[in-house]
Amino acid sequence: MSETTDKIISTTSEWTRELIQRYDSEIGRIATDYGLDTYPNQIEIINSEQMMDAYSSVGMPLGYHHWSFGKQFLETEQRYKRGQMGLAYEIVINSNPCIAYLMEENSLPMQALVIAHACYGHNSFFKNNYLFKTWTNADAIIDYLLFAKQYVSDCERAHGIEEVEAVLDSCHALMNYGVDRYKHPPRLSAQEESGRQKEREEYLQTQVNHLWSTIPGKAEEQDTEEQQRFPREPEENLLYFIEKNAPLMEPWKREIVRIVRKIAQYFYPQRQTQVMNEGWATFWHYTLLNTLYDEGYVTDGFMMEFLQSHTNVIAQPAFDSPYYSGINPYTLGFNMFKDLRRVCEEPTEEDKHWFPDFAGSDWRTTLDFAMRNFKDESFIRQFLSPRLIRELRLFSVLDDDQEKELEISAIHDEQGYRHIRATLAKQYDLSMREPNIQVYNVDLRGDRSLTLQHVQQARRPLNKDTNEVMRHLARLWGFNVQIITVDENNEVITSNENKLGNGKD
Amino acid sequence: MTQIIDRRINGKNKSAVNRQRFLRRFRQQIRKAVSDAIDSRSITEIDHGEKINIPTKDTHEPVFGHGPGGRRDAVHPGNKEFVTGDRIKRPPSGAGGGGSEASNSGEGEDEFSFQLSREEFLEFFFEDLELPDLVKTQLTKVTNFKSVRAGYSTSGVPTNIDIVRSLSGALARRIALRAPYAAELKEVEAELQALQEKDEDQERIAFLEEEIRRLEDKIATVPFIDTFDLRYRNRIQEPSPTTQAVMFCLMDVSGSMDATRKEMAKRFFILLYLFLTKTYENIQVVFIRHHTTAREVDEEDFFYSRETGGTVVSSALELMLKIIRERFPTSDWNIYAAQASDGDNWDGDSPNCSALLNDSIMPLLQYFAYVEIMPHNHQSLWRHYEGVKAQHRNFDMQSIDDVNEIYPVFRKLFARKPA
Repeated sequence: MSETTDKIISTTSEWTRELIQRYDSEIGRIATDYGLDTYPNQIEIINSEQMMDAYSSVGMPLGYHHWSFGKQFLETEQRYKRGQMGLAYEIVINSNPCIAYLMEENSLPMQALVIAHACYGHNSFFKNNYLFKTWTNADAIIDYLLFAKQYVSDCERAHGIEEVEAVLDSCHALMNYGVDRYKHPPRLSAQEESGRQKEREEYLQTQVNHLWSTIPGKAEEQDTEEQQRFPREPEENLLYFIEKNAPLMEPWKREIVRIVRKIAQYFYPQRQTQVMNEGWATFWHYTLLNTLYDEGYVTDGFMMEFLQSHTNVIAQPAFDSPYYSGINPYTLGFNMFKDLRRVCEEPTEEDKHWFPDFAGSDWRTTLDFAMRNFKDESFIRQFLSPRLIRELRLFSVLDDDQEKELEISAIHDEQGYRHIRATLAKQYDLSMREPNIQVYNVDLRGDRSLTLQHVQQARRPLNKDTNEVMRHLARLWGFNVQIITVDENNEVITSNENKLGNGKD
Repeated sequence: MTQIIDRRINGKNKSAVNRQRFLRRFRQQIRKAVSDAIDSRSITEIDHGEKINIPTKDTHEPVFGHGPGGRRDAVHPGNKEFVTGDRIKRPPSGAGGGGSEASNSGEGEDEFSFQLSREEFLEFFFEDLELPDLVKTQLTKVTNFKSVRAGYSTSGVPTNIDIVRSLSGALARRIALRAPYAAELKEVEAELQALQEKDEDQERIAFLEEEIRRLEDKIATVPFIDTFDLRYRNRIQEPSPTTQAVMFCLMDVSGSMDATRKEMAKRFFILLYLFLTKTYENIQVVFIRHHTTAREVDEEDFFYSRETGGTVVSSALELMLKIIRERFPTSDWNIYAAQASDGDNWDGDSPNCSALLNDSIMPLLQYFAYVEIMPHNHQSLWRHYEGVKAQHRNFDMQSIDDVNEIYPVFRKLFARKPA
């Protein structure tokens, strides 16, 4: 007994720097034993107001100035002071070294939990998941943000705060449509960025001018609309299209469009891997701290406190609870990884039937494979087991506005598993969550108006923000814009034009 | 290797700029909210922050998204009794099976609310009044400190060295340290002289001469000035002497003073109150309203009850005088008075007013400020007050049609008393 009590790291709940260091080194050792591959960690201890600062900049350690971040801050502050919300215990940043913020108010067990969760869970996910590897560059993000902040504030000095704010407003409205979904972007680098920025400015302007030169080429242009369309193929990245093609946009505005789009791209993987990322981090803090306990480093009291907050994090109210606000990504993700481990270690007949490839395989290899190669949508499609569907008692409801009543389309039974799995996967598919809107055409020879095409899915209409977003688009484009909604058969349903005059507000 | 950095010492106001940007963008809405707050606040409570509400539709940031409708299939947890194919009534809106969007899109509050700090609140308040910047800083400052002499200290910066003190200290030390050698020297010299007169014992003489040289050397090594002789003038920060003040608010509440005029009057009283809070620690406010007779009332009644009838201004002045005599002896109180009126007065009464002011009241007061709010045309009261103004430097008056004209009334007051 005395042997184990000697190993115990702490019995108090007050943290000190030394104790945090000891927890970190023990947790880090266990994480390495389990084969977690991470960036070096940088743990920063901050107070609650600094945490609110971090919140309001959407987790970016530094960002350009904009009123919407101020709004976010006020909102957080207000809710925190009223006691409506606690602050998150941590914020972690996808950078190299991986920066994790710890709140000074946390008790020692909480700090240990956060270290396991952020510094080893999220960190290893950032480093190894294919989306993050493809789309973000952890080495360069901090430098790039610094460049962006500097550039925006230079513009404010040169062109006035209002002018810059207006451009940023419009860009933010289209931010979700500022990402490439399939193409691989060039890597970010702040040095090259500022070096190339000038060059780009000049070059771009000549390109745009070329596009708009109205000297007629061949006389016999074919008149069909199809042939004259520009761009040839619809373009999904609206901000990219504007940056490259807006006819009269000043160079500095193009650069700002580019900045917003780069930042949107940086956050794109996070938006696609919420369940996986949180699930992975939660699974690992659970596993790491339990191992720590098994090895005799922490007391029962420590575990009680840890388990209590762990349980809070993964609480999932049922659909009819007043606290229900959709599926908790922590619950779903944590349970899926835990269930996956179970399928590997103690597969049932059902598991062998459903997952012949990896039922009974080495759990560490399989979890590692899942973490590296999937995003929420494909992860659920691949790994959600019937057993978990039963445990969470998932069911799906079909809401069709042409029907009077809702219909239960599937429940947790043999006929329903596949349907539920597919439906839930689709729910996390960004391309299904967001309307499919692409640049369809530009009237090159006429009034230079820009046409977007919205391809409706399942007859779902656009929301009531659409008009306002279109005004922002018109402001960036500089000429009239319109959006045409077509159904799945390409039949035009509605069309909504926005004269530039409305764009000035 | 993990690095642990304690950032708590770093500034916490990373968002200050963004906060300012927000306030700037919603200037119009916030100004309106501040203005409403001023109307509903008590004068003595003006000096703190305020919760501001802005319609969410103004702060909303639009994005493309799906609206309600269409056909959607959504997964929910916690099934209890449903089986496939069940049909259920569509819930009224959002809650339950309506799809996840309904619950993400906020908590159904249609107002965005936040707390404006005291400084920000006053900033907006001053904006209307067009105060000069100097005055604004005076009013926003929390406490005034005065640097006062507090004796001497042995440490400090060179600029504060007190030369006389240091040198006299040095002198005293020199005398004290040399004293034993000086006494011995005197003895030795006396003995030497005696020996020299007798001219004997050369050996002893040589020894004594050596001894004298040694003692003189000792005396010479006592330094002229040493670091511990230095004395520095010591200063400490003391809150500037505060005493108590009483502020009289006098207002005509006859029928012609409508709500707009009263609102303007309120800002006028607030401004004087704010000024006083900077100068005095303890301030009492006395509200006197009058038509043909005057009455001391509480703030609520003062601003919000209306009466009709004629106007006799002197009644209020008399009541003020009475209250001063009974409750506020000038030896203990600084007395300020602010009067707001639309200029109406019973003709025969105006001479009484100026007599009262000239003879009895003005000598007791620090300051008297009078505003005439949107007068139809100046009547006898104005002319008589001009007479008072000519006689008393601490009397000020102004006719105002808009809130931004209030400040000039106090110009002298602010100019005269730098904080």
